[in-house]
Amino acid sequence: MRKKMLAMLLAGGQGSRLYALTKDLAKPAVPFGGKYRIIDFPLSNCVNSGVDTVGILTQYEPFELSQYIGNGQPWDLDRMGGGAFVLPPYQRNTGRDWYKGTANAIYQNLRFIERYDPEYVVILSGDHIYKMDYAAMLEKHIEKGAAVTVAALKVPLSEASRFGVIIADDEGYITEFEEKPANPRSDLASMGIYIFSADKLSKYLTEDEADPESENDFGKNVLPNMLEAGEKMAVYAFEGYWKDVGTVDSLWEAHMDLLDGSDLNLYDNNWKIYSRSPVMPPHIVEAGAEIKGSMVTEGCDVGGKVERSVLFAGVTVEAGAEVKESIVMPGATIKAGAKVYKTIIGEKAVIGENAKIGADGGKVTLVGPEAVVADEATVEPGAIFGKEAVK
Amino acid sequence: MRDVLGIIVCNMHDDLVPQLTSNRTLGSIPFGGRYRMIDFALSNMTNSGIYDVGLVPSKNYQSLMNHVGNGQEWDMSRKNGGLSILPPYAGERGVYRGRMEALYGIREYIKASDAKNVVLSDSDVVANIDLRPVIKQHEESGADITLVYKRSEVFREKKQCAALFFDECGKLLDLYLNPELEGTQNIYLDIAIIKKPLLDELIAECASKDEHSFVHSVLMQKKDVLNIRGYLFDGYCNKLTGLRNYLDSSLALLNPEVRKSLFPAERPIYTRVRDKVSAKYGENAKVSEALVTDGCYIDGEIERSVLFRGATIEKGAKVKGCVLMHNTFVGEGCELEFVITDKNVVIPAGTHLAGSEKYPLYIPKDTVL
Repeated sequence: MRKKMLAMLLAGGQGSRLYALTKDLAKPAVPFGGKYRIIDFPLSNCVNSGVDTVGILTQYEPFELSQYIGNGQPWDLDRMGGGAFVLPPYQRNTGRDWYKGTANAIYQNLRFIERYDPEYVVILSGDHIYKMDYAAMLEKHIEKGAAVTVAALKVPLSEASRFGVIIADDEGYITEFEEKPANPRSDLASMGIYIFSADKLSKYLTEDEADPESENDFGKNVLPNMLEAGEKMAVYAFEGYWKDVGTVDSLWEAHMDLLDGSDLNLYDNNWKIYSRSPVMPPHIVEAGAEIKGSMVTEGCDVGGKVERSVLFAGVTVEAGAEVKESIVMPGATIKAGAKVYKTIIGEKAVIGENAKIGADGGKVTLVGPEAVVADEATVEPGAIFGKEAVK
Repeated sequence: MRDVLGIIVCNMHDDLVPQLTSNRTLGSIPFGGRYRMIDFALSNMTNSGIYDVGLVPSKNYQSLMNHVGNGQEWDMSRKNGGLSILPPYAGERGVYRGRMEALYGIREYIKASDAKNVVLSDSDVVANIDLRPVIKQHEESGADITLVYKRSEVFREKKQCAALFFDECGKLLDLYLNPELEGTQNIYLDIAIIKKPLLDELIAECASKDEHSFVHSVLMQKKDVLNIRGYLFDGYCNKLTGLRNYLDSSLALLNPEVRKSLFPAERPIYTRVRDKVSAKYGENAKVSEALVTDGCYIDGEIERSVLFRGATIEKGAKVKGCVLMHNTFVGEGCELEFVITDKNVVIPAGTHLAGSEKYPLYIPKDTVL
C-alpha cells in the first residue's frame, strides 16, 4: 500500500555549542527532561501523528544514537512495512560522500524514500523540544495545494534575526525568505520542519544536486529555488512550546521551564513522549534527604538536598551533598558534601566529596560526561569542564 | 540455555493474600513500585539464559496476560521457543488443585520440549536468584530433583511452609509441612530443578492416581527412591505469606542491603515499561525513606513508604508506613498510617486512615472513599 506520509529525520548534527555534551554523542541523543533524549520528541510526534515510517539520517558519532533507536520498538516503530531506519551515508557505484548539507543528506536517500513511494515527505530535525501534530500540518498542506509547506513560529521581532524568517501573504503563501536578516520584516521564524509533495522533493533535490555552487541546504538553497520557480509554498503557523536546546544555556533553561510548569505538557496521555527506558528500580529517598521543586527518575538514590533540579535515571546524590538549579544526567554521582549550583552534569560524571561546582545565581556551568571532579575541587561558574577539559 | 525449560505456575498460593488476588493472579500482584510478583521469576529465568518459559495460570489471568504480553520485555519474544502462556482449555479442569495437576494440563507442551531439565517455579518469591549455579550443581551432583531453599524460621502464618531435612550426603531425608519448630530451618522456596524425562513420567503417574501435589505425591512419597537434593540460596528472599508480610517485604526494600541483593546492575529485574514522566516533587514535599516510582507527584509528607507509578500526594498530606499502588490519590491534609491502597484508589482531602504495622488496612482497587 502506498504510504501517505514518510518522515525523514536529520539527526547528524554535531551540536558543537553543547561542547563536552556532544563530544562523543550526536546532538539528538543528548538527554532531556529526566527520561528522554532530544530525538524522542520528533519520533514521538511522528508516531502520535500516525507516521509509521521514519528514516533517521545519522553521520556524527552515530553509535549511541543507533543503539538507542534499535528496532524502534519503544516508539512503536517496529512495524511491518515500515518502522524506524537509521540511515548513515553509504557507498554507491557512482561514489561515496558524507552528507554535505541537509538537502544533500535527503538527496542521498531518495532511493530509500522511493521504496515506500509516499505521497508526502515530512523533513524533521532532531534538535528541538516540541510537540506537534504533523497530520494537522499535512491537512493544511493538502488544503493549500502547496508543493511545500514550512512550519513557522511567531517570535518576538527583536529575536527574529536569529532565524530564517518567512514573509507570507494574507492567504498564508510564502512570498519571500530572509536568512537571519539584520532588520527582519516578519516575526515568522522557520522551524526547519517541511512537508513536501514527494514528486516536488525529488525534482528540486535532483536540481540542487546538479548545481555545483549550491550549499545543498534546504533553507539557503532548495526553498529559495522553489520560490523562484513559482511553486506554491505555504506556511503553517505553529503555536505551542518550541525550544532549540542547542546551547548550554538554552538546554538549562528548557529544564527550568519544565520544572516551572511550562506549556510543554509531558503528562498528556493522548500525546505521550516515548523513550527507551533503562531497566532500573524506582528511586529511593534516604532518611534525611530533602527534595523540593524537582524531578527525580527511576534508579536514583537521593540522600542529600535537591532543589529545583532534574535528576535523570540512576543518579546518586549522597548525604550532605547539595544540588540546586541543576541538571544531572544518567548515572552521575554527586558525592557527600559536594555543592552543585546551576550546572549541567554529564552522564556518568563523578563529583568528588566537598567539591564546589558553579555558583548560586551565576552563569550556567557544564561538567562533561564521564568527567571526574576531584574531592575538594572548585569549578568556577560558567566553566565548561569536559573529560579532557574542553575549552 | 536451550536445554532448560522454565515453567512458572502463577496461581499457586492465591489464597494467602485473598485481598490482593480477588481480581488477579498471585503473579500479577503489584510489588516494589513498578513490578509485579512474576517479574522476579521471569527475570531470574532471563538472567540465567532460560528463554523457553511456559506460564501456567488457572483463573483471573487477564491482568497477567496484559502484563507479560509476548514476553518482549524479558527478551522472551523469540522465534523458537520464548514465552508461552498456557491457560487451561476446554476439556481440562479449569482450576487446578496442585502443581502436578497444573503440569498435567500442559503435558504436551512439556513433552514437545527437548530440554534436559525443567525449572519449576512459582511467582510468590521476591528474590534475584542466579539459576545457573543451581543447574550446574544439579547436573554435577547427579540429582533427579534439586530444591532451592533458604535458611529462615517457619513462617508465622504456618501456611504452605515446607521445612527440608537432608542427610550428611545432602540427600533429602524428610520434609515437614508447617511444622511447630523453633529456630532456623531449611525452608523450601517452591523452586525446583527436575530432569525432564522424570518429570514426564511423574506427571503421567500422578494423573493416573488422581494425585495432584508436587510436595505430597513427589517429594514426600518418593524421597527414598529418588535422588533429591537441596541448593541453599543465601541472598535476600521473601516468600509472600500474607498481607502483613506483603507490607513488611515492601518496606524491606528501603533497606540498602535488600536493594543491593534484589537489584544488582548485572541481573536487572525486567518489567513491562509504561512511559511515564519522572516523579515530580512540589515545594512542600518532605520525604524520608521512600521508594518512589516515575509518574508520581509529591507535595506532602512521606515516611517509610512505597509509591507506585502515578501516585499523587497532595500538600499537607501525611503518609507513613504505607504502600500506595498505581494512581492512588491522597488529597490535601489526609493522614495515612499502615495503609495498603490497591490501584486507582481515591482518598479525598482531610481523610484519616490507620491500620497497624501488624494488621495493615487494605483498600480495594478502584475504591473512591
